[in-house]
Amino acid sequence: MAGGYKYFEAVEKNAMLLGVLTLVMVSLGGLAEITPLFVQAHAVTPAPGVKPYDALRLAGKDIYVREGCYLCHSQQIRALRFETQRYGPPSTAAESVYDRPFQWGSKRTGPDLSRIGGKYSDEWQHMHLLDPRKFVSDSNMPAYPWLEHATLDGEDIAARIRTLRTLGDPYTDADIAGAAKAVADKTELDALVAYLQGLGVANEPQSAGKEPAK
Amino acid sequence: MRPQETYNDQIVRLFLLAAAVWGIVGMAIGVYIAAEMAWPWFNLGVPWLTFSRLRPDHTFGVIFAFGGSALMGTCYYVVQRTGHTRLAFTALANCTFWGWQLGCILAMLTMPFGITQSKEYAEPEWFIDIAVAVVWVSFGIVFFGTIARRRIRHIYVANWYYGAFIIAVGLLHIVNNIALPVSLTKSYPVYSGAVDAMVQWWYGHNAVAFFLTAGFLGMMYYFVPRQAQQPLWSYRFSIVNFWALISVYMWAGPHHLLYTALPDWVQSVGMAFSLILLMPSWGSAANGLLTFNGSWHRLREDPAAKFMVLSLVFYAASTLEGSLMAIKTVNSLSHYTEWTIAHVHNGALGWVAMITIGSLYAMAPRALGQPAMYSRNAMELHFWLHTFGVLLYIFSMWTAGVTQGLMWRATSPDGSLAYPFIDSLIAIKWLYIVRWFSGVVILSGMVVMAWNLWHTAAAARARLVKPIPVPIPEPEPHQVPTPLPAY
Repeated sequence: MAGGYKYFEAVEKNAMLLGVLTLVMVSLGGLAEITPLFVQAHAVTPAPGVKPYDALRLAGKDIYVREGCYLCHSQQIRALRFETQRYGPPSTAAESVYDRPFQWGSKRTGPDLSRIGGKYSDEWQHMHLLDPRKFVSDSNMPAYPWLEHATLDGEDIAARIRTLRTLGDPYTDADIAGAAKAVADKTELDALVAYLQGLGVANEPQSAGKEPAK
Repeated sequence: MRPQETYNDQIVRLFLLAAAVWGIVGMAIGVYIAAEMAWPWFNLGVPWLTFSRLRPDHTFGVIFAFGGSALMGTCYYVVQRTGHTRLAFTALANCTFWGWQLGCILAMLTMPFGITQSKEYAEPEWFIDIAVAVVWVSFGIVFFGTIARRRIRHIYVANWYYGAFIIAVGLLHIVNNIALPVSLTKSYPVYSGAVDAMVQWWYGHNAVAFFLTAGFLGMMYYFVPRQAQQPLWSYRFSIVNFWALISVYMWAGPHHLLYTALPDWVQSVGMAFSLILLMPSWGSAANGLLTFNGSWHRLREDPAAKFMVLSLVFYAASTLEGSLMAIKTVNSLSHYTEWTIAHVHNGALGWVAMITIGSLYAMAPRALGQPAMYSRNAMELHFWLHTFGVLLYIFSMWTAGVTQGLMWRATSPDGSLAYPFIDSLIAIKWLYIVRWFSGVVILSGMVVMAWNLWHTAAAARARLVKPIPVPIPEPEPHQVPTPLPAY
C-alpha cells in the first residue's frame, strides 16, 4: 500500500483524533456562511421607518407562528419576473428584520403573503379565516374558528415585548406599558388580521410614518 | 483472558420496538394530513387536528422518533459488534432510551397544541430542546465510551458515520435552537430575519445531511456487507467519501433560499457545494451497490437485501435530484412546489425508510435470538407494498410540483400571468388523492412489518425475564478492515 495510508491509519485507530477532525470539518461550512451574515446584521442599522411590531400585530404574528401558517404560505417574493408580477416587488432583508423566527416559508400550498396587507378588507380576512371556502370554494385551507373566541392576555404580550427588547429589538418603556391596553378586548382573530394587514405595508422602509391600511 | 461478556442487546431490542411503533405513528399522521390536503373537512374544526398544527408531528414523528430510534438502536448494535465489546455505561444507555422516548412524546404532545418554535424540523419548544440536548450528549458519551473500550484497534467505517452524526447533530441542534424564553411555552430565537433563515437552513439541510444521511450511511456500511456476505467493495473509497461528504454537506444549506433576500454570494456558494456534493453521495451509493457484486443472487432469496439495494438506488436518485434542484434555474421552478415534497419523500421513504427496514429485518432475528424473521412472505409483501407506494407517491408529487411550477410562471401572449393561483390548486387536487392513497399503501406495509416483528419476538417475549445472552467472540489477530479493495 502506498505510504499515504500509513498516516491515515493513525486517524482510524485514534477515536479522539477522528472525533476532533470530524468536528473541524463539519464546522467550516457554517462558520464561513453564517458568521459574515451575523456580523453584518449587527453592524447595519435597520432601514429608516421599519419599526418593531406593535403589541397587537406582535400578538398576531405569534398566532401566525403558533398555528403553523408558514407551512403552506411563504413570505418571500423571489427576484423572478413571474413572482413580482403576481405578488409585488421582491422581498428585502429589511422587511423581516424583526421576525423571530423568520417566516419566509418553504412551500406554497396557498399564495405568498408578504404583501397581502391591504389587498382585502378586514371583514374579508375575518370571514375567510373562519371559513375559507365561503369565498374560495376550491380552497383546501383549514378553518380557524377557535381564534374568534380566544382573547389576548395583555400581561403575556408585555412579557413578550420585554423579551424581544432583551434580544435587541428597539422597544420603548411606553411600548411595554401600553401593551395591555393595546390588546384589551381584542380577540386572537383581530390580532391575526391586524398582522396580515400590516404585511408588506407596515414593515416597509419607505412607509415611514404611515399607518397600516385599515 | 477476561470473563465471558455478552452484548447488550436489551437496549437494541427496546429501540427496535420503539422504531416500529413510531414508524406506524408517524406515517399514520402523514396519511391523515394527506387526507386533509385532499379533503379539507378532515380538519374538523379541531385546533390540534388541523393540518398546520399536525404537520410538525408527522415530520418530527418520522424523522426523529422513528428515524432516531432506528439510528440509536442500530448504532448500539453496530458499535458493540465492530468493537467486539459490550456497550459502555449500561445505566446511561438505558437513560438515552427512556430520555429519547420521553422527548419524542413530549414534542408530539405539545406541538399540536401550539407550543412550538415553528422552525421547520426544530419545532419543539426550548424546554424540550434542552432535554433532547442532554439525551444527545449522553448518547455521545455511551457511543464514544464504547469506542474507547473496543478490542479491535481499527475503528470500522460505520462508526465514523455514527460518530459524525452524533457530533454534527449535537452542534446543529444547539446552535439552531438558541432562544430566549418568555414563559414555559414560548420563546424567541436570538436570530431574526435573514440571519435566522440562514441558521435555520444550515440546520435544516444538515439535519438531512447528518441525521438522514450520515447516520443511515453508518447503518448501510455495517448491514450491507453483512447481508451481501462480502466485504465492502472498497474500504479506501469509503474513507474518501466520508471526509468529502461531511465537509461538503455543511456548505450546501443556502440552496433552500435561492433568489431570496439572502446575500447573493451565499446563494452561489450553496449552489456550488450542492453540485460538488453529488460526487461523495454517488460514491457512497456505488460503494454499497458494488458490495453486492458477486452475490446478486441473494436478492432472490433475501427480502432484507432487496430493501437495501433499492434503498441505495433511491439514495443515488434522490441525491442526483437534490443537486439538480439546487441549480438556480431548476430551483426557480421547483421551489415552493410539491416537487420539494416529492424529493423529500424520495429520500425519506426510498432511502431512509428502506435502509432502515432492511437493517431491521437483518438485525431483528439476531437481536431476538431467532434464525430468521417469522414470515418471509410477509417481508416480500412489505417490500412490494413499500416499493409500489413510494413510486406512486413520487409520481403524484412530481406531477403536482411541475404542474404548479409551470402554471405559476405561465404567461399569456400579452405578458400577463395566465393563471390565478387557485387554478394551480384545482389542477393538482386529484394528485393529492393519489398521494393519500400511496400513503395508505406504505402504511399498510409498515403494519405488516410490525405484525412480523411481533411474531419474531414471541420467543423473546416468553423469555423476557431471562435476557438472551449473545457471547462476544475473542477478536482474531489482524481482524482489521482490509484497507485495499479485494482484488
